[in-house]
Amino acid sequence: MKPALSLILSLGLSVAILAGPAVRGPVLAAGASDTDAERTARWQEIAKSVFGDRKIQPTDTLIQIDAPNRAMDAALVPITLTMPEKDKIKAVHFVIDDNPSPYAAHFTFGPAGDPSELKLRVRVNNYTNVHAVAETKDGGLYEAVKFVKASGGCSAPMGMSDEEAMKGMGDMRMKFSGEAQAGKPIEATLMIRHPNFSGMQMNQVTRDYTPARYINKLVVTAGDKVVFTMDGDISIASNPVINFGLVPEPGKPIKVAASDSQGGSWEHSFNAPSPSN
Amino acid sequence: MKAVLSRRAALFGGFCLCCLPKPGFSADSFAMEEVGPGIFMRRGPNADATPENDDAIANIGFVVGRDGVLVTESGGSLADGQWLRAEIVKRTSKPIRHVVITHVHPDHCFGAAAFMADKPNVIGHARLREALDARGDYYRQRLVDILGADKAGSVVYPTQEVKDGAEVDLGDRKLRFTAHATAHTSCDLSMVDSASGLLFTGDLLSVGRIPSLDGNLNGWLKEVEGLRASGATRAVPGHGPVSVDLAPGLDALSRYLTTLRDETRKAIAADVSIEKAVRTVAQSERGQWDLFDSYNGRNVTEAYKELEWE
Repeated sequence: MKPALSLILSLGLSVAILAGPAVRGPVLAAGASDTDAERTARWQEIAKSVFGDRKIQPTDTLIQIDAPNRAMDAALVPITLTMPEKDKIKAVHFVIDDNPSPYAAHFTFGPAGDPSELKLRVRVNNYTNVHAVAETKDGGLYEAVKFVKASGGCSAPMGMSDEEAMKGMGDMRMKFSGEAQAGKPIEATLMIRHPNFSGMQMNQVTRDYTPARYINKLVVTAGDKVVFTMDGDISIASNPVINFGLVPEPGKPIKVAASDSQGGSWEHSFNAPSPSN
Repeated sequence: MKAVLSRRAALFGGFCLCCLPKPGFSADSFAMEEVGPGIFMRRGPNADATPENDDAIANIGFVVGRDGVLVTESGGSLADGQWLRAEIVKRTSKPIRHVVITHVHPDHCFGAAAFMADKPNVIGHARLREALDARGDYYRQRLVDILGADKAGSVVYPTQEVKDGAEVDLGDRKLRFTAHATAHTSCDLSMVDSASGLLFTGDLLSVGRIPSLDGNLNGWLKEVEGLRASGATRAVPGHGPVSVDLAPGLDALSRYLTTLRDETRKAIAADVSIEKAVRTVAQSERGQWDLFDSYNGRNVTEAYKELEWE
């Protein structure tokens, strides 16, 4: 299937159109012209592999997805997940149906977490439905869906050498916004330097595909309490940025432990803003 | 210019909001303009590659010297390069000795394949090779999908790699090259002709067509100041009119890039998300550039990625 006939050519890489040769897993036929029935069948197949026979119900209230209808940059598609009834939420699963490896991320919230809003940046390889499945504390699964037009995000060359892309790997920053009040959640932005190689990008020098190397585990804690843990995959954009809510423990640091699929691991500690009383 | 979304773009474009089909517009209708003694340029339209336009969208041309011809900007496809070669042989019987590739973007380099029989010296930035390695096949595949394999062309590597500066002597005129630090792309090469004083900027300068950021924003602003200090007064930009006054062209470019940088920085500092920033940053520039809606959001995304780590 050829999704794109007319496109920006003068621009450069991450405008990325046609998926390069896929080397990771079977790529099922998918694209701009799939029917709704085909998309539904694909989602059912993925849902079964992730959730088994558990029933997933549609919801308008437990989780919502905000994503651009048409991505500016397929290698960096901003996603916002909103879960207004946050106290009910235990975990969220994010799936990009038509990506070569669809199960993009799985977040499990801990006692210091605030699931009301979660933002991440992903790669999108094809015109696709994206699904967010909220898992409630009583074991229910609720899905929201959004259609996103983008292509080539997983295979888009990074436009620099692998070495350059790996510079500073594991560096982290955290920014906080919102006023800190004892026991109240604040918003945090975690930035991690990491190429998150998808395994589908061509190495410039060797002409081989750069092996996949991506952050597959992230644990954020506030004092002794878990904010969230994330299991990640190749669909997370390079230099991952995640926005989330947390309830800081007064006087205790926010810690981040990240590890990647090739055995790299990094830990950083940040001072949480203290309550202004 | 109003970007009219064609049905095809709407259906298949993915990122292309900006195919501006121009019925009846073909490479044959382009005219070469003599912008200086022995310097012929073809103006590319402010459009993106379509099956109809052969990706002939950049300013391309050639310089005739006593000892031969130097091709500057080879064209956006084999078909575009063949067209340029035909225009050259109409005007001179001198041998085609050099082909300059100003950077990795396909609208500037895929015409080079049309000159292979001339066995030219192919001049490019020292980092062009790695950029072509990273993206060449990818670009080619996209061109093949749009134009067909027979018209797309192939990846041509530089035979003369310019690290800092270089000079080519055509007998009665010299072309001096400068390899720039990462700016528009990682491999921007500019050239000054000694006979006319014209500065050939490649896409370091785009006039009328919105600049596209694919390198480094701070770096580009620095290179703009470098071009300003180069002493040249007239320039041949990569897109836009084929001969312009350098200073106002750089003023407009620097105004856009500065606005992009300052407003992106401000957005980051104010915790404005990237998805909101692409809709709000640099909107004051909308009326100033063709293809603004197609590229500004991408430029903001690139700028945000770069500047959030400052």
